[in-house]
Amino acid sequence: MVEFVQQLINGISLGCIYALIALGYTMVYGIVRLINFAHGDIYMVGAYIGYLTAHRIGPHFFPALIIAMAGAATLGVTIEKIAYKPLRYAPRIAALTTAIGVSIFLENAVRKFISPNFLPFPEMIKRVPFEVRGVTFSNVQIIVPLVALLLVIVLQYIVLRTKPGRAMRAVSLDKDCARLMGVNVDKIVSITFAMGSSLAAAAGVLVGIAYPRIDPYMGVMAGLKAFVSAVLGGIGIIPGAALGGLFMGLAEVMAVHFINSAFKDAVAFVILIIVLLVKPSGLLGKYVSEKV
Amino acid sequence: MLEITNLNVYYGAIHALKGISLKVEEGEIVTLIGANGAGKSTCLKTISGLLRPKSGDMVFDGKSIKDVPAHKIVEMGIAHIPEGRRMFSNMTVLENLEMGAYTRNDRKGILEDMEKVFKRFPRLLERKHQLAGTLSGGEQQMLSIGRGLMVRPKLLMLDEPSMGLAPLLVREIFDIIKEINKAGTTILLVEQNAHMALSIAQRAYVLETGSITLEGSAKDLRQNPHVKKAYLGE
Repeated sequence: MVEFVQQLINGISLGCIYALIALGYTMVYGIVRLINFAHGDIYMVGAYIGYLTAHRIGPHFFPALIIAMAGAATLGVTIEKIAYKPLRYAPRIAALTTAIGVSIFLENAVRKFISPNFLPFPEMIKRVPFEVRGVTFSNVQIIVPLVALLLVIVLQYIVLRTKPGRAMRAVSLDKDCARLMGVNVDKIVSITFAMGSSLAAAAGVLVGIAYPRIDPYMGVMAGLKAFVSAVLGGIGIIPGAALGGLFMGLAEVMAVHFINSAFKDAVAFVILIIVLLVKPSGLLGKYVSEKV
Repeated sequence: MLEITNLNVYYGAIHALKGISLKVEEGEIVTLIGANGAGKSTCLKTISGLLRPKSGDMVFDGKSIKDVPAHKIVEMGIAHIPEGRRMFSNMTVLENLEMGAYTRNDRKGILEDMEKVFKRFPRLLERKHQLAGTLSGGEQQMLSIGRGLMVRPKLLMLDEPSMGLAPLLVREIFDIIKEINKAGTTILLVEQNAHMALSIAQRAYVLETGSITLEGSAKDLRQNPHVKKAYLGE
């Protein structure tokens, strides 16, 4: 039992990180129907911006978080304008290929201009271990889920209660009709990329704090797992992505601990296969037949 | 108010509108009738900016809107109620109406207009917090019109408001269109139900395979033998 609770705590931390990345996947998909395969690399760049900020101004958590989020938002919007927007009415495969290109570009840009090696992430939050009834955890494992939860609440508030959020939902439901209401779709797409990218960057900084080692390819596997999380929750559905991410983190930690550590990355794909076989629309998705 | 001259619109290789010209004066109800696929919806979509004309011009309130993006055209005062109602189905009735007022910032005016919509369609008030997708066809059409009115448009364009509705409801919807017009909104109405459309319009255009073949007062067109035969089933 103690062991289970211990893994539960570990799994929630990891799951929150997947959830934050998955939100960006799902939001972008909801608005432009694009699987943004460069999204995992935005998360990576977010971690690096946090790293560089800490080296410039010292290891302060909140400034690093805010700067990383703002930087990644700018990067996300720029990528959308340069790489995806010209392809908005092209066949989907064109944008998908471009996304993979952007991904390779970002990884190699970081390799070239920062470092191709693993870098130690600065200790922004002093780790304080606790022990409660045999379960050990640290303050970081509390702070990570709290920050993630706060960001998800802010996101839900924006999407459900503000005018830009309402416009985002309208665009995802019916783009042309939203234009007829006076919605500037380009602006909404930019806002979506900015929000999704900043959440990924937050995940990047949090992961640096929880697992203090970053490298230019850290976004590849994390991005894939977050993508599976988004599919698991139902792609395009915001609460689904949060739920799917949590589930993914828990499943991974449990599999590593109770089955075999070799399953660390396999879990994600086992989940993907099961979802595609059993409920392709995801946990919270409704079955929708493709319109002709 | 709106003047279209020699408008050519293509869907890929298909020449959908072949140099049409039409005019809507302030305060009028003008209707565009024609068969399925004649280009009626294309015409409205081009005016509202969803489609771009290849050539020709469209002038609204003295300004050319040929190159104005769709979201700016709404701001200029043209509301387009699209065919098939097109609700934001996962949003509530209230949110749909708020989307109609998206371009506006006059909080007080928006609330006033919402009151007016609820007064005109009491059924929507009852279902304020219901998801739009769960409404009946008639209610969705009311919401669609209500949402268009929330734009507070100078020109309201309706695309097939009678589609899929029971005859009694069709009559109700057309009465409402007439009332909206009396309250000062100019109307451009696209309809397959020529009989109803000609009964409330002052002027009409007949669109056949992308060209305007007849135009005139609604009264004259109702007596026209071709219109009688092809569109009124007499």
